[in-house]
Amino acid sequence: MATVSLSNVQKHYGDVHVIQGVDLAIKDREFVVFVGPSGCGKSTLLRMIAGLEEITGGELKIDGSVANDVPPDQRGLAMVFQSYALYPHMTVANNMAFALKLAGVPKTERDAKVAEAARILQLEKLLDRRPGQLSGGQRQRVAIGRAIVRQPKVFLFDEPLSNLDASLRVQMRIEIARLHNELDATMIYVTHDQIEAMTMADRIVVLRAGKIEQVGTPLELYHYPANTFVAGFIGSPKMNLTPVTVKGADATGVAVTLPGGGTVSVPVEAARATPGSSATLGVRPENFVVAESGPMGGKVAVVEQLGGETLVYVDVGDGTLVTVKGGGGLNVPVGTNVRLAVSTSESNLFDKDGLAMTPKVKHDYSATKVH
Amino acid sequence: MKTKPRDKALMTLLGWGVAFIVFFPVLWMALASVKTELDAVATPPKILFRPTLENYAEINQRADYLKFFTNSIVESVGATLVCLLLAAPAAYAMAFFPTRKTKDILMWMLSTKMMPAVGVLVPIYILAIQTHLLDTWAGMIIVYTLMNLPIVVWMLYSFFREVPKEILEAARMDGATPRQQLLELLLPLSLPGIMSTALLSIIICWNEAFWSINLTASKAAPLTAFIASFSSPEGLFWAKLSAASLLAIAPILVFGWLTQKQLVRGLTFGAVK
Repeated sequence: MATVSLSNVQKHYGDVHVIQGVDLAIKDREFVVFVGPSGCGKSTLLRMIAGLEEITGGELKIDGSVANDVPPDQRGLAMVFQSYALYPHMTVANNMAFALKLAGVPKTERDAKVAEAARILQLEKLLDRRPGQLSGGQRQRVAIGRAIVRQPKVFLFDEPLSNLDASLRVQMRIEIARLHNELDATMIYVTHDQIEAMTMADRIVVLRAGKIEQVGTPLELYHYPANTFVAGFIGSPKMNLTPVTVKGADATGVAVTLPGGGTVSVPVEAARATPGSSATLGVRPENFVVAESGPMGGKVAVVEQLGGETLVYVDVGDGTLVTVKGGGGLNVPVGTNVRLAVSTSESNLFDKDGLAMTPKVKHDYSATKVH
Repeated sequence: MKTKPRDKALMTLLGWGVAFIVFFPVLWMALASVKTELDAVATPPKILFRPTLENYAEINQRADYLKFFTNSIVESVGATLVCLLLAAPAAYAMAFFPTRKTKDILMWMLSTKMMPAVGVLVPIYILAIQTHLLDTWAGMIIVYTLMNLPIVVWMLYSFFREVPKEILEAARMDGATPRQQLLELLLPLSLPGIMSTALLSIIICWNEAFWSINLTASKAAPLTAFIASFSSPEGLFWAKLSAASLLAIAPILVFGWLTQKQLVRGLTFGAVK
């Protein structure tokens, strides 16, 4: 149905560059999530696609045609706002029908479309209520319904779940994912919550300070983060990023010296590894194992037992905590000294500029979820 | 917070006391209006007297109350409507599409209220003569509109600012033109604020005396001019003046009393969210 492509899109207010040249091609029916810390420009970028913010440089194409100066309502988009932005003085039905009414759609057709959206979102019984009489989750569903009735080419979501409580958020997350399958529409979703990004996205766009850091499927980003920023941002609990020194390189990989003096060899290309230079070793918590022996060691500081899994925080010296994820049965008392083994084939190595070194063997995680 | 019964009683007493002090002049005027001229100026003031309606009868003979009343209504309501029509788009633009100069423009508008009216009396008087607007409804409506415009813009601006920006953005996505946003969303959403702005504007116009006395003679003279006409060169007739004043303020008192809920709500709107 619809593609969205951005080429060198920029936004500046005077000398302040909020978006600094973004290139991105969003495929038809793709679910793309913009994620990043607050102030990274993700909402601004979405609002520029929506037409609510002027594009000060570059080109936005929707379905192949340039849309920079097309008014918001003629771009074939619908947007769901964080604050829902429902019209408080109108009933649920009128909220959903407002756009159609403005477009001059006859009443019978309007009613049919509203009824269909209400059915999809299970809002039938609430059609005569006003937004003030609804719960947060219901309001959000109305806001989504308002988007659905317009049958847009692209749905835009601006942090739609941030105002909901945790359990409702999980439920709505699933509903939006289901909706995506059902409607077969292109969706662009903005969030600061990396779990939402991981669970919902076909592809994730990680933004920082108005620039794209990396674009990829959730698993690509998880396994092969392009730099330390993405490595630290994607995944929960966070990836352990340990400062190391490059010791040497050979055909099997790059050997590095850990803070405690131990060494490990990470199977990555040696091109950018100069012996003696500093680097960062990235190890996911599940790739550390509490073992008899290992290159790292320290004192157990905190243990979090979650039932199905256990998180162990090990103080490896100078107060740095390393997170280790084990099974629910893992039992290490606080205060004991432990050694940690590293699954090096699953680890990442970043050079002194924080950029990832290319792994020798790279699995293909580019397949998106099946529609 | 819990209030002790004694404190509560004290507060009630204080409230009544302040209310009485504020109300006293009006009460005294009402009493004077039903005294004879002699009783009205008696010292010490007479508390016990035989009430009379002769002042009202005499006023009715000397002047056509209804004509002044009609003029007051037409001029204050007319000016208020024109004011709202001009101010609403201005406030909309300033509230939702502010520029770097918006705050300055608002301040400048307010600053015009700080100039003493008498400072521009002569030019405005001459303008009124030359445009044949002296002593006409149109002339008074123009003057009142200009007089109230800054306050009305300010009030509407702050009421519009209370409407979440996202609602209008959603409307823009839904395809609403600026006019539709104003009419379909902003006006219904800020109706309480607009109502209280209108009420305040009507009251200010009704009570305005300087321009009405100077720019009207007979045809377009409102009730303030009606009161003034009773301070005659032969001396002040307190009882008759009181009766005339009471007649002039009675409509606005009743109006204010009927709409007090709306007025208070409007003036405190946004203070508590």
